[in-house]
Amino acid sequence: MSKEYLTTSEIAGPLMIIQNVKDVKYNELVEITLKNGEKRKGQVMVAEEDKALIELYEPSIGIDPKEARVKFTGKGLEVPVSKNILGRIFNGFGEPIDDGPKIIPDDLIDINGNPINPFSRDYPNEFIQTGISSIDGLNTLVRGQKLPIFSGSGLPHSHLAAQITRQSKVLKTGEQFAVVFAAMGITFEEANFFINDLKETGALSKAVLFINLANNPVIERISLPRTALTVAEYLAFDLDMHVLVILTDMTNYCEALREISAARKEVPGRRGYPGYMYTDLASIYERAGRIKNKNGSITQIPIVTMPEDDKTHPIPDLTGYITEGQIFLSRDLYKKAIYPPIDVRPSLSRLKDRGIGKDKTREDHSDLMNQLYAAYSRGKDAEELAKILGEAALTSVDRIFVKFSDRFEREFVNQGEYENRNIEETLDIGWKLLSMIPIPELKRVREEYIEKYLKRFVSEEK
Amino acid sequence: MKKGIITKVSGPLVVARGLPFAKMYDVVLVGKLGLLGEIIQIKEDLSFIQVYEETSGIGPGEEVESTGTPLSVELGPGLIGSIFDGVQRPLDILSSSFGSYIVRGVKENPINRDKYWEFEPIVKEEDFVSEGDIIGLVQESEIVKHKILVPVGVKGKIKKIFKGDKRVEDVVAVLDNEGNEIEIKMLTKWPVRIPRPIVKKLPPDFPLITGQRVIDGFFPVAKGGTACIPGPFGSGKTVTQHQLAKWADADIIVYVGCGERGNEMTEVLIEFPELKDPKTGYPLMKRTILIANTSNMPVAAREASVFTGITLAEYYRDQGYDVALMADSTSRWAEAMREISGRLEEMPGEEGYPAYLASRIASFYERSGKVVNIGKEGRISTLSVIGAVSPPGGDLSDPVVQSTLRVTKVFWGLDDALASARHFPAINWLTSYSLYTVDLDSFYKKNINEELPKLREIAMELLEKEAELEEIVRLVGIDALSPKDRMILEGAKSIREDFLHQNAYHEIDTYTSLKKQYLMLKAIIKFYEEGNKALDEGIELDKIINLDVRVDIARAKYISESDLKYFDELFEKIERDFSSLKEKSKEEVR
Ligand SMILES: Nc1ncnc2c1ncn2[C@@H]1O[C@H](COP(=O)(O)OP(=O)(O)OP(=O)(O)O)[C@@H](O)[C@H]1O
Ligand SMILES: [Mg+2]
Repeated sequence: MSKEYLTTSEIAGPLMIIQNVKDVKYNELVEITLKNGEKRKGQVMVAEEDKALIELYEPSIGIDPKEARVKFTGKGLEVPVSKNILGRIFNGFGEPIDDGPKIIPDDLIDINGNPINPFSRDYPNEFIQTGISSIDGLNTLVRGQKLPIFSGSGLPHSHLAAQITRQSKVLKTGEQFAVVFAAMGITFEEANFFINDLKETGALSKAVLFINLANNPVIERISLPRTALTVAEYLAFDLDMHVLVILTDMTNYCEALREISAARKEVPGRRGYPGYMYTDLASIYERAGRIKNKNGSITQIPIVTMPEDDKTHPIPDLTGYITEGQIFLSRDLYKKAIYPPIDVRPSLSRLKDRGIGKDKTREDHSDLMNQLYAAYSRGKDAEELAKILGEAALTSVDRIFVKFSDRFEREFVNQGEYENRNIEETLDIGWKLLSMIPIPELKRVREEYIEKYLKRFVSEEK
Repeated sequence: MKKGIITKVSGPLVVARGLPFAKMYDVVLVGKLGLLGEIIQIKEDLSFIQVYEETSGIGPGEEVESTGTPLSVELGPGLIGSIFDGVQRPLDILSSSFGSYIVRGVKENPINRDKYWEFEPIVKEEDFVSEGDIIGLVQESEIVKHKILVPVGVKGKIKKIFKGDKRVEDVVAVLDNEGNEIEIKMLTKWPVRIPRPIVKKLPPDFPLITGQRVIDGFFPVAKGGTACIPGPFGSGKTVTQHQLAKWADADIIVYVGCGERGNEMTEVLIEFPELKDPKTGYPLMKRTILIANTSNMPVAAREASVFTGITLAEYYRDQGYDVALMADSTSRWAEAMREISGRLEEMPGEEGYPAYLASRIASFYERSGKVVNIGKEGRISTLSVIGAVSPPGGDLSDPVVQSTLRVTKVFWGLDDALASARHFPAINWLTSYSLYTVDLDSFYKKNINEELPKLREIAMELLEKEAELEEIVRLVGIDALSPKDRMILEGAKSIREDFLHQNAYHEIDTYTSLKKQYLMLKAIIKFYEEGNKALDEGIELDKIINLDVRVDIARAKYISESDLKYFDELFEKIERDFSSLKEKSKEEVR
């Protein structure tokens, strides 16, 4: 039995210093028992010969240094896993917070995990159909990818994430899916929206939820995504499931990180965020992927609300440096009542080329994607120009492109929150819209595809 | 042997007391697990150690043992085609022995000890040899003939030399140095932080041909030169580095994935064995060494990874090869330095980076160069270094970018606006530069075409004028421009779209030979010049820019290298189209 210490000498914010300790290990889990029997968790930040610096996972409120009994557990923070966790709701430590029974674990796993050996990875290349045209058509998601949604406050990223969760499927049968939902510092309403959505669609029984609300302890947000991903890894690589992990909201996570860094009195980096934030975020995002000789996969959709819609802010910036592309939500489109308000121009799925084409989606997908993108960009550029110099400054062809980009937003990007378009439908809407453009202007698509996919719309449109 | 005792563990930094014979940068084994670490500071009885593996579960009281040698890499046949972590652990072997995750405290030899190589001696008994001399050859891969060198600091008369199948630890030669016998094995070691010796550096004067048009054509890098690719996320640093690793005409490629994505290394591992080197026809993997210390792997090993990479690169350079090293991304390396420095409580410099950031970066890039090697023949070979930099928000005032620009000769500035307009490679032609251009012109003139530098100059001028004219267009609209100015815009657009834009994922477009680059540029400039002449003769701009032949110019990038006669027809067609245009306009006048 490990010994308990009553030698706390200092508490400041989430940090505690314990004196005269022996055999403390770096990163080991610490349990603090308050006078009233209440328990708090923490972790060793610095282990020295006779003292230890502890970072609490929970608030320090009410801890009396003279009364606190500190126990070093000799192991890291571990999460219990078993098949029965599906359908359950936990806090950031993997403790159930629903009314269900206690989990009888098959295994206890350290939440920090080990890095995947890059040699053991398998390259993500299987198309996931989300049923959302602007994603499937232009920014295709593949299994094992990490593709964040870059949003702004007040934009419907939760609705989009819920829709992706509801509709995602692979064009193959007989595989098992699961959803891991990791909520960090979001409001009760947002969390509730998600839970209800999962309930209504019957997906709750295939989901594991980890919830830390805005009014829950900030520091628990540091362990929450790690706990959630440990469970995701268990489902994916031990139980062969294809796991979709929604991490919301990474901005709240990073703010918690900053708060703790400040408490540790570390030299602050840009905007006060710690210099190691890149590495810290990577230790979360890099847990997505596929592994050779294992059947399951982990696909991550982190949500990042960009402070002031600024993508150079450290949170989206460092996220973008780690993830494999990004989906941008646009305030302009939102104001135009386009749902989902995805701006396809700055959005990019870096792994898209691996998941599309013949035998995966359709042979014309790549050409069509490039053409739609080019035509939309041209239309938007022309629109900009027209704003400054007036419609008259545009050539007649440019005017067609302006019209195209407007219809593209309203018919291709815009769709119902419960509208699930299959990939054929998505591609066909694309061709249909392209048919309003004079054929010689369609330089990115092969002639054979024009014959095969475009011609049938030409008369219809006229 | 007496051991030290851990007094403190703080992340990757461990402090030990009483470590006997502690020397700076010696490798130590930390704790019960024997984690690999390196002494980076000594204060009285305390040794400060950066540990290359995750330190969770390690605590005060555990022992630390010094190996007495600095962090070193193993050198010898068997490196080519391997994938190592930042401290040269073989990731493929770790994967097969220990599973999909990287576990701690495991040791595997970087170079296989059991494999037999056919050693073919090229010296005979009684020959006198000294450091750097080649004593034998080993066919390491289909395309790499590994040269076994007399180790640094060794000389003597060959007393015995062996032939035939040998393992790396077998003796292949015995030297007699004034009565002392010295055994030579294929396997040697070298400390990563110390550059391998050379006789002298020479000014680089040959291009590293990359097949990337914006690079070879506009901002070339020399063999033995240095280049820096800064850019915000998603601007194309990694794709550019991969393109260079694939197509650059170096003999050996060392690719260091430093603190970046795991999947990007997987991509290389999947693609390179499939892709064929245009020069030799063998898979690219047969000339490549990968170092992968991805962002989720331990930070201290990330710090070591670039040194590990460059030491391997120097070793092949010493053998007389042209080696190119890519490091993606040096920012992650600098961040690793910052983290360790912070833990040492050193006085921070700019942005929290240590004050020695600039000198560390300089010392890395200075290991590049065109050199005369040690060894009899005075072999000349090169080591080129290309580093990606990932500044926060793409802001070039970042200290890592600035320190790098001070020591590199080529700047490929990646531009967010170009990337989001999907103009790839998103290398900004107005801000990028190469200080080698002039030195390499004589090569281009001699080997490709006398007029190539001239064409580049015209093209550059058009692009610069375009930028000015675009300003005007933004303010007052295109109608305000004269036909001549609009012709400039058309010419510049053609340079951008038909030459600079290059799709890395297109089977043919991905690589363009210098010859073809020249022909493409020539066609574009020819059209522009003919167009200008036509304008002078009073032909309307619209007629010129709607000429069919422009489609053929645009298609040129997709023309296979074996089909370059396409250009003869293209040049003829340009002339034909313009003369018939002139004919027609004369008729109309009449
Ligand atoms: N030469 C190219 N041809 C075609 N596409 C390209 C090219 N360069 C970049 N891209 C596109 O841009 C995407 C991002 O490029 P890349 O991964 O090289 O960016 P990066 O600068 O390394 O970003 P990060 O800093 O996040 O690692 C690629 O996935 C690809 O879609
Ligand atoms: Mg990159």
